[in-house]
Amino acid sequence: MSLYGTDLLALLPELIIVVTACLVIALDPITPASRRDLLAWLSLGSLALCLGLTMGQIGVLNIRVSAFSDLVVVDAYARFWKVLLYGVTGLTIILSLPYLKAERIHLGEYYAFILLSLSGMMVMVSGADLLTIYLGTELMSLSLYVMTGLNRSNPCSREAAAKYFVLGAFSSGILLYGISLLYGMAGSTKLASIAATIGSHGANDPLLLIAVILVAVGFSFKLAAVPFHMWTPDVYEGAPTSVTAFMAVAAKAASFAAFMRVFVEGLGGLKADWSLLFLLIALATLVFGNLVAIVQTNIKRMLAYSSIAHAGYALIGFVAAGRATGGTPGLASVMIYLALYAFMTLGAFAVIGMLRKGGIEGEEIEDFTGLAKRQPLAAFLMLLFMASLAGIPPTAGFIGKFYVFMAAVESGLAWLAAIALIFAAVSAYYYMRVVMVMYMREPDPSSVAPRLVTSPALSFVLAFAVAGVILFGLFPDSLVSFALQSVLTLK
Amino acid sequence: MHSGGIPWLTLFLLIPLAGAAAMYFVTESTARWIALAATLADLFVALPLWWLFDPQTSQMQFTEHVAWITAPPIYYSLGLDGISLPLVLMTAGIMPLCVLASWTSITTRVQSFMAMLLIMETAMIGVFVALDFVLFYVFWEAMLIPMYLLIGVWGGPNRLYAAIKFFLYTLAGSVLLLVAIFALYFYGGHTFDILALSQGTYPASLQMWLFLAFFAAFAVKIPMFPFHTWLPDAHVEAPTAGSVILASILLKMGTYGFLRFSLPMLPDASHAFTPMMVGLSIVAIIYGAYMALAQVDLKKLIAYSSVSHMGFVTLGIFVLNQQGIEGAVLQMVNHGITTGALFLCVGMIYERTHSRLIADNVGLASPMPQYATLLMIFALSSLGLPGTNSFVGEFLVLIGTFLWSKVATAFASLGIILAAVYILWMVQRVVFGIPLPHQLSKLKDLNKRELATLAPLGLLVFWIGLFPNPLVSKMHQSVNNVIASMARTKVAPTAQPSAREAAPLLAGSTEPLKTEEISR
Repeated sequence: MSLYGTDLLALLPELIIVVTACLVIALDPITPASRRDLLAWLSLGSLALCLGLTMGQIGVLNIRVSAFSDLVVVDAYARFWKVLLYGVTGLTIILSLPYLKAERIHLGEYYAFILLSLSGMMVMVSGADLLTIYLGTELMSLSLYVMTGLNRSNPCSREAAAKYFVLGAFSSGILLYGISLLYGMAGSTKLASIAATIGSHGANDPLLLIAVILVAVGFSFKLAAVPFHMWTPDVYEGAPTSVTAFMAVAAKAASFAAFMRVFVEGLGGLKADWSLLFLLIALATLVFGNLVAIVQTNIKRMLAYSSIAHAGYALIGFVAAGRATGGTPGLASVMIYLALYAFMTLGAFAVIGMLRKGGIEGEEIEDFTGLAKRQPLAAFLMLLFMASLAGIPPTAGFIGKFYVFMAAVESGLAWLAAIALIFAAVSAYYYMRVVMVMYMREPDPSSVAPRLVTSPALSFVLAFAVAGVILFGLFPDSLVSFALQSVLTLK
Repeated sequence: MHSGGIPWLTLFLLIPLAGAAAMYFVTESTARWIALAATLADLFVALPLWWLFDPQTSQMQFTEHVAWITAPPIYYSLGLDGISLPLVLMTAGIMPLCVLASWTSITTRVQSFMAMLLIMETAMIGVFVALDFVLFYVFWEAMLIPMYLLIGVWGGPNRLYAAIKFFLYTLAGSVLLLVAIFALYFYGGHTFDILALSQGTYPASLQMWLFLAFFAAFAVKIPMFPFHTWLPDAHVEAPTAGSVILASILLKMGTYGFLRFSLPMLPDASHAFTPMMVGLSIVAIIYGAYMALAQVDLKKLIAYSSVSHMGFVTLGIFVLNQQGIEGAVLQMVNHGITTGALFLCVGMIYERTHSRLIADNVGLASPMPQYATLLMIFALSSLGLPGTNSFVGEFLVLIGTFLWSKVATAFASLGIILAAVYILWMVQRVVFGIPLPHQLSKLKDLNKRELATLAPLGLLVFWIGLFPNPLVSKMHQSVNNVIASMARTKVAPTAQPSAREAAPLLAGSTEPLKTEEISR
């Protein structure tokens, strides 16, 4: 196998990110601590470059470029996710600037790891081979383990990293076992070959079903779907908030992207089996996530359970895709959902990270008490993010739920949509509790009132997030057509 | 369907929003004036519609139709007919009064309060004028958060409980509406157009499910008997303006929903559920009245009287004849005027004595003669005295009910008798009792602002009571249209070929059942 220029060209964005990550590591020791911002700007520059390259590729939507003997593909589907991932990573880096300084953990490696994690995600969304996807997953996860434990002086952070690592490694093992079974049957780890084998052998082999279940379990860990969600609350709570935001949005999006490609392109012949499996997982996920979120007092933990619930909603779109004949609306609805989820979640975490109680992060829901009186604009933005997470129009969250549930009803799952929507109403209780403490509670005058510490970087992230929440809530057309076009290359 | 010229309805929606946006930049005292100006401007946009409206047609008027979302096709589609016109005018008329009623009673975060009122106005008008089901749903849900804040931030001592109860009840009720909207979309030829969907035929079994989903949303909002428990809490805790908005406008959205969606789209189910709906209405009429009898808090008394009065509205709608439905629409307006006015009266006395208990507000006739007179007028209107607006509405509803069932009419009439009991008993204590000596110093009669708030409603009570025809004739064609659309589907019964019965919702097919082209 020889390397061709075209192969490398297809992977150019990934290469740029990896090279920049190495550059950041190399430059870190010779950069004075006061000028570490430069490393962040360097990382942002590489993201902008990649964004330009990927957007340039969008012009040729229908072309599906395979590289390295079909190990990776560059298609419209991958491009959609990459654009989303660049945006999320860029906003996370900007948000990290004030956050890491406030937490006194402004380390150069952070930017290297975030870029390495991104490159793993990019390989995941472009992978057309189970092992390629596995490698991408591991690169993403290993970087995230380190970032979770970045706040070395905080025992919670260390504990979270250890838990995340152990459970993550465990789930990778299960995924790998499933992959090995599939390899044993198809003689290849390429998605196309696996699909061909299923097509010729039929779907009734019990070993095949075991393999599908193992792969599903492996991915469910990454998606934080019930009953494989146990790591999520502790990790989200313990990790630095900027990392939590990155995990909740980017890691989830990349995992969904790879997961959908594997199950549609590789295991599409077993739709009937896995759509039932994921129907049960989706139902359990959104019921459990929403119910447990109600009793949380720590807002990061609450958003962890809420992110579990949101994975459940997105899975409904995927289940719908597995049942309908075409499946396009269902898959597109997942893409729309996760893209919109990115805006509101990043916005909410940006507010949480910079809400400071005398230098310490205000993580309890109670810390938001009376915020509307002290900082009306900040409270109003948080109100919008919470309303959007609850799916109340005219915010982006409503549009996301709209497309997911429409796909569900179209594929004959009206009852599932009804249950999910009732739990969306349940979720409104805990989102509105945040609004309640902000607007309707009087702060205790004796305690230190937490304030949102503003900075240009934070303002930029918040402006971006709120623009997404409002504009896509009112005018979702561009995003919807982008998703609908992109999903067509998934076959 | 397109009307050139002035986009009345868009103006209508945008003026309050512009006012709300302006609140960010102004001081407290300016905020009050801007809110008043915005609501009055909206009223002046609304008034010409009364004369421009053509009562000879059941067609939607002042329509606007602009593409909003392409996939699926969702339109920014607005229009008015004889059913929505009175409700829209009432909304535009009530809102300036709400601003006036909050002039001195709201002292904290005035800008935010006024912004919430104005956002509410846009959303409420939007609900009445939307002709696209998704657009309707967006307006319908957009009201939740401003109302939640109105109750929760500016409300009484137990406001947190009342606010979240209101929020969760209404949200839980309306989520199923969204599923029903999707189901209609896939069965009704892939459109969200309310008028096109109203002409579709749907399998009877599907209609039953959809009716129940609609019922969950609308019955909570009205609220009908078993779903009414949020209303007394919300009314008691809400600030005066919040109570007025709730009683006058929000409750009407549920009944409007039944008229606009359930009846024309699901005629077979509406017929099938008539006994249940009439039964629940009569229970609401009698139960609400009994509960009102037992109340010691004025706001709670009026809240329960609302449950009773809204029972008349749902009764009128579901006897499914012209008298009943016209009476129901008229009664929606009447209840908005009368109950809104009563809540304003309670708010005014609360500002003076800081109590809403009947026992603390007795014998107002001698210290506050103007107030007592107006309260008396609205109270008599509430019990349906001939010559006042409610008499006409209730009378029409009862005629309609009589045509449907004499027994039902007898039971419903009990509600009027009970209304006389609880209203007159309340009036006897509040107006004609002996004033408490320690309260006397606080009992100043109405000032000019308060008089300006109540007087227009007092005039409307008599105008509708004595000359109902201008209003009723405007709704005539549209009500006929609703009844005709129900009859039309009765002629073409649901015994469709079995292929139609194979519901795609259950089978997973994406083919629409009804592919017949519906021309706009």
